[in-house]
Amino acid sequence: MNFKESWIKSFLGGISFSSLIILSLITFFILKEGIQIIFKVGVAKFIFSAEWAPLENKFGILPMLISTCIVTLLAVLLSLPIGLGTAIFLNEFANPKISTVIKPIIELLAAIPSVIYGFIGIQIISNLIRKYFGGSGLCVLNAAIVLSIMILPMLVSISSDALRNVPYQYKEASYAMGATKWQTIYHITLPAARSGILTALILATGRALGETMAVLMVIGNSTQIPKTLISPARTLTSGIALELGYAIGDHRRALFGCGVVLFALIMCLTLTLNLILRRKEKTKYLF
Amino acid sequence: MLQKLTEKIIKTLFLLSTLCVISISFFLLFYVISNGIRFISLKFIFTNPQNMGLSGGIFSILVGTMVISILSVFISVPLGISTALFLVEYSKETTLTRIIRFGIESLAAIPSIIYGLFGFIFFVIYLRLGWSILSGSLTLSLMILPLIIRTSEEAIKAVPYRWRIVSYSLGANKIQTIWKVVLPSAAPGILTGIVLSLGRCVAESAAVIFTAGVATKMPTSAFDSIRTMAVHFYILVREGISTNNAFATGCVLLTLTLLINAISYLIVYRFRK
Repeated sequence: MNFKESWIKSFLGGISFSSLIILSLITFFILKEGIQIIFKVGVAKFIFSAEWAPLENKFGILPMLISTCIVTLLAVLLSLPIGLGTAIFLNEFANPKISTVIKPIIELLAAIPSVIYGFIGIQIISNLIRKYFGGSGLCVLNAAIVLSIMILPMLVSISSDALRNVPYQYKEASYAMGATKWQTIYHITLPAARSGILTALILATGRALGETMAVLMVIGNSTQIPKTLISPARTLTSGIALELGYAIGDHRRALFGCGVVLFALIMCLTLTLNLILRRKEKTKYLF
Repeated sequence: MLQKLTEKIIKTLFLLSTLCVISISFFLLFYVISNGIRFISLKFIFTNPQNMGLSGGIFSILVGTMVISILSVFISVPLGISTALFLVEYSKETTLTRIIRFGIESLAAIPSIIYGLFGFIFFVIYLRLGWSILSGSLTLSLMILPLIIRTSEEAIKAVPYRWRIVSYSLGANKIQTIWKVVLPSAAPGILTGIVLSLGRCVAESAAVIFTAGVATKMPTSAFDSIRTMAVHFYILVREGISTNNAFATGCVLLTLTLLINAISYLIVYRFRK
């Protein structure tokens, strides 16, 4: 009987490694296809050259890198105040009954396919931008707005969990000293929930960084470095999705090179998040 | 006085941001569904697309989407539940489990286009599966694995420890306890995770467009290329093939994902009592 138990334990343990094996397979194959071309072109040139002309063997991803950063940052900046405000309202001000109805509705936003968001970007947001800011409407700003809506549910649900986990005694102590509601939120609740809010921020950044189809549909796909917010551009993800269908040879390898850069960016975010959470675990009892 | 005013203003600002989020959600649903619903008929759902989607319906697309999503869930669920069982029932927090958890977290953070690139180079080209249902669902199964592991783990953790003790005291061994006590009572939670990942598969486009392909024919084997509904919708919108069909397909896609998520809520709600 004991033999059987230990056999099952090692069987399940072996299966548990599948996620690690998958992670290494993904890393290996993306690197294998992509790293070669990066070194062939030259690391500095691949990253800092602004010319992307696959037919002439020119592979510089600077425009895509810059657009990716701008779009992601802008999306997070647009989304953070609204997301955090909603989380604070749901936790601190709203009737709990109302919150339990509203939260699932917001979480539903996370389940909507990204192509639907892209469609809204094309049909509605692009018209608004064309009307009020000019240009074609398919631009950096449009992508940032679409992304900011897409990352809202994540920001709201994770930061509202963080706010809810702040011990009630902290707030009571603050009220007892005569602080108002907003003073308590600003000086007590938000600082105590900061690692959770930071987690929400990092995860949302990762989501915005990696989103492909919605961005592809609304950003206009020009290979230039965007000069204004209403210029068309392309991000790393949309560049890959746009060209992978027909790319061959070095061109395809260069797209995998974009994949390597994207992968590296995402892994940096994941590692940062891990560090933050580990530090939080250590300081949990110091509060 | 001034302080009271500040409090009021701040509360109003928070209320406004909440209203903003809610109105965005409702507007989105309303816009897609109200524009699409008048183009949907039984004929639209039960005929295959013709002329690249210019006319005809979405029957083969619907079938393909269902097949690929269900297949990926079938591949991923055994792996996911086994991993969750190992993490909760068979191991303490050690360096080993920390490494495994790091792997799961990283997989969860990887964007779908990277899964698409990997599936394309590994399943489609390296394993020579071609653009097919099999490549697509293998890729999707990797993508949903972290979600299934996490939800199963939470469900298994939520089973009270006393129940296991009672089972042991009746003379059951560990496997019998897991099989007869832990898994049945964790089943609703695990099921919720499965339904949610089914929804993820239906909604996904970047990971399947380069692994399952874009063929609109009715699939006859697992090695046939298919076009999932999200990809079909993307192509209709992007190539401007037919606005009516695009709206109708978008409406069906949105309704399907909402329905799947509503089911997961119902499962949670029903078994919480």
